[in-house]
Amino acid sequence: MSAEAALTHGVYEPGAPEATNGKLAMWLFLASEIMLFGALFSSYIILRDAAPFWPKGWEVLNVPLATLNTVVLITSSMTMVLAYAAAQKGDERRLNGFLWATFLLACCFLVIKAFEYGSKFQHHHFPSTSVFYAVYFTLTGLHGFHVIGGMAVMLFILLGGQKGIPRPLFVSRIECLGLYWHFVDLVWIFLFPSLYLL
Amino acid sequence: MSDKEKHHVAQQHHHGPQGFIEKYVFSLDHKVIGLQYMITSLVFLLFGFSLIMLLRWQLAWPGRPMPLIGHLLKSSMPGGVMTPDFYLQLGAMHGTIMVFLGVVPLGVGAFGNYVLPLQIGAPDMAFPRMNMMSYWTFLVGGLVMLGSFLLPEGAANSGWTSYAPLSVQATAGQTLWLIGMVFLITSSLLGSINFIVTTIQMRAKGLSFFRLPVFVWAQFVTAVLLLLAFPPLEAAAVLQLMDRLAGTSFFLPTGLAAFGQPMAVSGGGQPLLWQHLFWFLAHPEVYVLVLPAIGIIGEIIANNTRKPLFGYRAMVGSMIFLGAMSFIVWAHHMFLTGMGPVMNAFFTTTTMIISIPSVVILTTYLISLWGGSIRFTTPMLFALAFLPMFGIGGLTGLPLGLPATDIHLHDTYYVIGHFHYVVAPGTIMALFAGIYYWFPKMFGRRMDDRLGKLHFWTSATFLNGVFFPMLLYGVAGVQRRLYDPTGYAHAVPVQPLNVIMTVSAYCLAVSQIPFIYNFFNSIWNGEKVSRNPWQATTLEWAAPSPPPHGNFDSPPRVYRGPYEYSVPGVKSDFVPQFSEDGGEPEEPRRKMASLA
Repeated sequence: MSAEAALTHGVYEPGAPEATNGKLAMWLFLASEIMLFGALFSSYIILRDAAPFWPKGWEVLNVPLATLNTVVLITSSMTMVLAYAAAQKGDERRLNGFLWATFLLACCFLVIKAFEYGSKFQHHHFPSTSVFYAVYFTLTGLHGFHVIGGMAVMLFILLGGQKGIPRPLFVSRIECLGLYWHFVDLVWIFLFPSLYLL
Repeated sequence: MSDKEKHHVAQQHHHGPQGFIEKYVFSLDHKVIGLQYMITSLVFLLFGFSLIMLLRWQLAWPGRPMPLIGHLLKSSMPGGVMTPDFYLQLGAMHGTIMVFLGVVPLGVGAFGNYVLPLQIGAPDMAFPRMNMMSYWTFLVGGLVMLGSFLLPEGAANSGWTSYAPLSVQATAGQTLWLIGMVFLITSSLLGSINFIVTTIQMRAKGLSFFRLPVFVWAQFVTAVLLLLAFPPLEAAAVLQLMDRLAGTSFFLPTGLAAFGQPMAVSGGGQPLLWQHLFWFLAHPEVYVLVLPAIGIIGEIIANNTRKPLFGYRAMVGSMIFLGAMSFIVWAHHMFLTGMGPVMNAFFTTTTMIISIPSVVILTTYLISLWGGSIRFTTPMLFALAFLPMFGIGGLTGLPLGLPATDIHLHDTYYVIGHFHYVVAPGTIMALFAGIYYWFPKMFGRRMDDRLGKLHFWTSATFLNGVFFPMLLYGVAGVQRRLYDPTGYAHAVPVQPLNVIMTVSAYCLAVSQIPFIYNFFNSIWNGEKVSRNPWQATTLEWAAPSPPPHGNFDSPPRVYRGPYEYSVPGVKSDFVPQFSEDGGEPEEPRRKMASLA
């Protein structure tokens, strides 16, 4: 066990903590992410409130594709939970299976998103077209980057990047990945109605 | 001995990395990272100071060619006189560098990294690798900022606040400013998560939250502010990058014209949105600047008055309250934007409320001095100077927090004077105090006291020479960011103040020479010291000076509060937190009669 692994496991804590250092750090990170997206959503509200005209989301954006994407992302959150449950039980085959499933669903989400973007570009709708499109592309784009970030970590674990670390630490890291992934999912749950349906 | 303790002991015997690169460059050790932060931020501070010294020449003697340097910087200073554009770049980058690359990394990155794990009795930070990444992203961000001076059109020139729409139309330097800022935000995010987790999870046995030294509390609150206040600026930076690179109009209103031409943008954005997002960070940022300083001062005052800090709990409560309140005062920077009286009233009220915890903190420090047997060491001199300087800084802020007086003072040099009193004679004094105080721990040697006192008296004099005239200059109504103030009738009678400020600034620069010499000379030639040269009580003094990899000989245990100085009935005038028996009992006093 490396010195770092020992440290990240709270060896030094007086009263045996419930949360591992990693889990606490992940919650703190998510708090900062809430502030990031919170600021962006607030900006959206302010810009929309001040605009004399604002297009209806469902008239200009593709609601069926976005609904499909919502289903895909929620399903990926479910496979993520199943992957964590498998990790807790030490079932490596199921863990890998569900993690791959989550990864592929995330790919699926991005592909659908790419189609959506593509059709917007075909119709000459760019971020510079109007503040509505600016908000749409920036918020969904930043969310997309978060999806890609989560996928990168999944791929790292699937390709064996965490081999040989102690099991409790490994399980805790899968849990952290799960927390992050649910957050990314949650952001979309807010984005979908506020951009497409309102 | 439990398994956990055994494991810790095993770690102690694990020797640190041996190679030069691993040990000093890509180090995972919080102490090396702390020193890296310290040296880097001191260099940035000096650089930021140099920029303003160039600028101040133009302010004191507008249009007069600058000797020597005027000839070196040919393109930005044709004929030795700086162009207005270069003047604006200097102003913008001075602010950015001093705040984001100088004071914050010194207060948080350097002292937080070095001292916090030692004071809580931890072998290192919770995430050493993340700690290293935090330093390197900071360095990249800093180099991107400085590198923007090499662009053909120069660095960012829209002020350190980067107000839109000016900043959206500005030259390419602004893009690098935004990218650099994203790096710096990432760095502080990594750092703040690490600080919070370390403080919560890695305290030594017996070190409850209310036995933490005030320095740890200050760093803890600061880390929470960094964690939650920086992301909105990141959001703002992303939006402004989109405006600059993707042609969006988040901050560009409809019908915007530049250089007499309507701009080819969709419009429909809100310039004020940038100000709200910026100040949502930048007001908590003020407390990020000053809280570590307050923590340092607490340690030094307790140690040098040889008595416990007065009102420890009130102080901790005030710091937490200060941190929480700092999130709802931001728009007091924007009274003149036409937000309306309702908004103004709200932010005036919160601003008046936030001054209460600041006053509580300052008052507890002042009362702590009462009846102490003060040791006038170099760090204590700086700490004592901090109190009135920070006091002036705080009190001059009140007229800015009230819209009626702010109408006259807004955007004048009074604002600059107020802010600098908080940060330069205030916070930077405290940071110097911290360097003198913890230097023996960092290098096992003491800095020279006579040079230190020379540094103190000259710095204290000239800092006031720079900033006090600035307040008067601002009250006379002179606006900030003027390239040539003598072009304005109301500024001409007060122009001599500008000369005083500039001369003081140059003298201030000269008075840093003893410090720089003292710092480097003492690393190798200073007087060697033991573990606890200041006879202090907190945990960092239980470790060897300098502490080895893993810090302590054995995991320390804490038995008492942080400032048990001059405990009645105990022979020595200090009982360290790690002392189990509470010190040798005092000998019974001889009768007064026998003395007579």
